Amino acid sequence: MTAQEIKQVVIKQILEIAPEINEEDIDPDAHIQRSLEIDSFDFLRILTALNKTIGVEVPEADYGQVDTLTHMVDYFVKHL
Amino acid sequence: MSTFAMPSLGADMKSAVLMEWKVKEGDSVKKGDVIAEVETSKGVIEIEVFEDGIVEKILVQEETESAVGTPLAIISSSNESAVVEKPASPDMAVEEAESPSIPPQPISDKPIETQRVKSSPLARKKAKELGIELSTLAKDDKPVHLEQVESKKVSSTTEMSGMRQAIAKAMSRSNADIPHYYLSTPINMTSALHWLEEQNRNRTIEDRILPAALLIRAVVRTLQEVPQLNGFWMDDELHMSEDINPGIAIALRKEGLITPALLNAEHMDIDTTMRALSDLVTRTRSGKLRGSEITQQTITITNLGDLGVESVYGVIYPPQVALVGLGRIIDAPWADGDSLSVRKVMQATLAGDHRATDGRTGGQFLNKLDQILQTPEELL
Repeated sequence: MTAQEIKQVVIKQILEIAPEINEEDIDPDAHIQRSLEIDSFDFLRILTALNKTIGVEVPEADYGQVDTLTHMVDYFVKHL
Repeated sequence: MSTFAMPSLGADMKSAVLMEWKVKEGDSVKKGDVIAEVETSKGVIEIEVFEDGIVEKILVQEETESAVGTPLAIISSSNESAVVEKPASPDMAVEEAESPSIPPQPISDKPIETQRVKSSPLARKKAKELGIELSTLAKDDKPVHLEQVESKKVSSTTEMSGMRQAIAKAMSRSNADIPHYYLSTPINMTSALHWLEEQNRNRTIEDRILPAALLIRAVVRTLQEVPQLNGFWMDDELHMSEDINPGIAIALRKEGLITPALLNAEHMDIDTTMRALSDLVTRTRSGKLRGSEITQQTITITNLGDLGVESVYGVIYPPQVALVGLGRIIDAPWADGDSLSVRKVMQATLAGDHRATDGRTGGQFLNKLDQILQTPEELL
């Protein structure tokens, strides 16, 4: 999977969990949870779903590395 | 034989729309089975049957608005012969036993549009949220789907939503009737969070426990020790509840808040608490709650989690007698003996009904909660 494909998968998953968000409102460098008001339950659901599609499980200790869309894509690329 | 009637899902609810039958005539049902979905301002709620039996006759068609107490179906008990067909009286139908209390939950009493346009329940819900007239989307008598509504997103109306009105009413009544007292204490969460991290390190992502589940489990354990805060104020006296059904404040994405009950949380360990909570959050946000979950809360827990502020002084939902507020966990200076260090600290707050309990009981609760959170391994 290319970085671009991963980015699309992540965006799709965010929109699935939070359908009221418009894709253009996702700032790639903003804190995902704070900027989109995604609480810890929904954030965990997003990571669980991404683990299924991408096959990378993000340990809790690495949450700091997946805080923004850009960081999350970088993280998945690195751990694929 | 008895009639199954439109249940009251909140003190303000006058009627609801029966969206879908989950059973058909001749089906056998067991107590607790979901037999229909009704639509209220809280979204689509699954309603449950309260006895074993056979669905003898369905009296109300789908997409029909019915007042609370209206007979919806006739249920014959399993051992009755299935031929009797006399109209049942509507008053025997209301399931009084089911709700020890009817907390004033946000239910709209705005008239629901009478001319119904065919649509999926989700589409109808979304249209209501966005203030879109469904009839403007209907084409050639085809049912309206969610995507059509979403593509129609327009500037939101300034009119108060049904849910906002219902919250306004319930909270005004609470503040007028309940003499609240408030207590607050900081709790050092360092060891609890450390323990949780250790637990999660050995778990797969599906089995991970969030701090919210640990906290709710700790509150439930504490309530077993201080049961006076778990119950109702009715007929000028405190009725303690054996069941612990904490109403969990869950913010909806668009607007508003629902506090559905985590039913019988006293029987759950930390894993079942996490699973039940996760399921409850998901169903609340997708509009799939059960009638019992929005009527049987015995106390409310507001957990502001990682996005909230540091402390919350809540307003009690009558007839409940307490509300537990758990603030965001922050890094704060913490004095231990004569040394000062930075620790993970959470402000725990209790709002109590002073008619039911005194500050002493509330203080015992907060102290016990603190104590339990210092030995998290006992919460497994």
